[in-house]
Amino acid sequence: MYKIVKKEVLNPTVTKMEILAPAVAKKAEPGQFIILRVSDDGERIPLTVADYDREKGLVTIIFQIVGAATIELNTKKEGDFIADFVGPLGKASELSGLKKVAVVGGGVGCAIAYPVAKKLHELGATVHSVVGFRNRDLIILEKEFSAVSDEMAIMTDDGSYGEKGLVTDALKKLIESGNSYDEVIVIGPVIMMKFVSLLTKEYGIKTIVSMNPIMIDGTGMCGGCRLTVGGKTKFACVDGPDFDGHEVDFDEAMRRSSIYKPFEKKAYDEACNLFKGVE
Amino acid sequence: MPNMSPNKNPMPSQAADVRNKNFSEVALGYSEETAIDEAKRCLNCKNMPCVSGCPVKIHIPAFIKEVAEGNFEKAYEIISESSSLPAVCGRVCPQERQCESKCVRGIKGESVGIGRLERFVADWHNEHSTETPKKPQPNGYKVAVIGSGPAGLTCAGDLAKKGYEVTVFEALHLAGGVLVYGIPEFRLPKAIVQKEIDGLKALGVKIETNMVIGKVLSIDELLENGFDAVFIGSGAGLPKFMGIPGENLNGVYSANEFLTRVNLMKAYKAGAKTPIKHNKKVAVVGGGNVAMDAARCAKRLGAEEVYIVYRRSEAELPARAEEVEHAKEEGIIFKLLTNPTEIIADENGFVGAINCVEMELGEPDESGRRRPKVKENSEFTIDVDCVIMALGTSPNPLIKSTTKGLETKDWGGIIADEETGLTSRARIYAGGDAVTGAATVILAMGAGKTAAEAIMRDIEG
Repeated sequence: MYKIVKKEVLNPTVTKMEILAPAVAKKAEPGQFIILRVSDDGERIPLTVADYDREKGLVTIIFQIVGAATIELNTKKEGDFIADFVGPLGKASELSGLKKVAVVGGGVGCAIAYPVAKKLHELGATVHSVVGFRNRDLIILEKEFSAVSDEMAIMTDDGSYGEKGLVTDALKKLIESGNSYDEVIVIGPVIMMKFVSLLTKEYGIKTIVSMNPIMIDGTGMCGGCRLTVGGKTKFACVDGPDFDGHEVDFDEAMRRSSIYKPFEKKAYDEACNLFKGVE
Repeated sequence: MPNMSPNKNPMPSQAADVRNKNFSEVALGYSEETAIDEAKRCLNCKNMPCVSGCPVKIHIPAFIKEVAEGNFEKAYEIISESSSLPAVCGRVCPQERQCESKCVRGIKGESVGIGRLERFVADWHNEHSTETPKKPQPNGYKVAVIGSGPAGLTCAGDLAKKGYEVTVFEALHLAGGVLVYGIPEFRLPKAIVQKEIDGLKALGVKIETNMVIGKVLSIDELLENGFDAVFIGSGAGLPKFMGIPGENLNGVYSANEFLTRVNLMKAYKAGAKTPIKHNKKVAVVGGGNVAMDAARCAKRLGAEEVYIVYRRSEAELPARAEEVEHAKEEGIIFKLLTNPTEIIADENGFVGAINCVEMELGEPDESGRRRPKVKENSEFTIDVDCVIMALGTSPNPLIKSTTKGLETKDWGGIIADEETGLTSRARIYAGGDAVTGAATVILAMGAGKTAAEAIMRDIEG
């Protein structure tokens, strides 16, 4: 059992939790993920490590309330326990040696982009952050990002905060205005990672994306998380989750992530009704 | 007088058209009377050919003699001297290729039902015994076991019985390895696995779940943190695919994923939180036990047509004879001498059909099996909405990549001495699928046992 030491609501659909898991906290690095089960009959869900405190033994996760498992997780309060918490899984992001980087985050993906930006900043790199949200109410980690960024652009789909437009618009502007990046790191919805990768390919800028496909064990056993990278089958759990954005078959990844959509929708609706009943 | 009936007592089983709709155990087990009757078929041969066929060298005639006399607990004690998991082995060992293949009674009739008797004895014990194993006096040595499958559990059990302080590290949330994520409930009820694990815990074995060695701790850290030796029984790794077009379509599973969803995550149960698609027409590619398990699970999930697609002929099927027989009885359709060439998508990117070619057997290859080759102009299509690839696995890279000096073969299997399980690193031993590639439960147990003996010899001198 793993204790929820702190819980914070970041916006109506995104929650942050700090989980007591000293062994995981000791080894976790930006880019890696954990798998958790809320209760004994629960689904195994992968979440990227958002932060860690090695001394206090805490691992931070930030999740969007999208399915039955995350709804159930969100019912847990500070001091409650979750059944399982395993990690750190996957390879850490390779950040050393980078001098100037654009970090692009979309939606809840910003939760994962932030520790990357923070680590780059600590390593002395110049960090330009581009973060995008649907609207003002969904913005998370604005202060945190600005603290570790040399330049920052906030984009909203509806223009209710920052600039109206997509992250690709802001990134394009930064590149066109003469910034030359060693690397662009993109974390967010697959569709966003696809379009950022298409853009950076035009400019020939190396681009790393963080893939978060469906998986079960997360240790290289089930093969559910496979994706095509450079024409070869790769497993996100052991070969990734970071991959070269110019090589990933995003359309296949989007299609594969939709396998259980009808099931998830049904489970989500049922869970919503269930918890409504409880409250 | 021995019972000279040429045939084994048949195993009472659920009827095929009933069991192919449920996940309860297929074989129901012998009654006491049947067990005694079957045991009396044993001639108690002096040279014990059956024992030579057993990877863990159970004293087979001795235990069967006790069964014949109705001393079931005594029979259990004899089996326990050699096997840590008798209720499991009685169910999943390929006896027809091991002990029973050497049985003298098999020359002019059917061999003694050794596996069925082993299962009977273990079940009888589990049902009647109230004694929990006693924790032995600790000897002060600590051993870490990586993986809680058959290799790891056997190694842990043998060491714990001798007073070693054993900690088993399991990556998943539940102990048992392939016994819980791979082999289905209808072939090996999970309550039986749990009982065996509880027995080990009573011996003092500690089991730490959610610990991925190579990530959260390295093997070197285990050795630095006070473990005198480490046994790697981390099992099979990444699933193999054929490399044909369409393998990443929605609805193509590795057998590992399909079975893990069904068995470990209980997706077959109504209200399960882990999803599985209930497909109508399923093709399972491969001919081993895993392929049979996947096909029979798919049938039980409601598929109308389930195919086993295998490129060699029936004689080469690697699965246990009983599993093949059960699968056929349950209505699984065997497409033998058939090889897939492409998986075709439907309009939504899900599996719509599988293209295959017919094969014929040519000259024997290095493995001694006749090499299948493609028959010309034999292409045909099977309409399916799900394809499950059961082609074996390649070893998991996590431990190799985080343990300096641990040597592996080209294909990734850890190199370990056959006599001792010792790897290229001192104090690090390995066995089971991590060493051999996909094999059987009993071979993994044999390797766990060998390594436990070697660890004790090396530590105690």
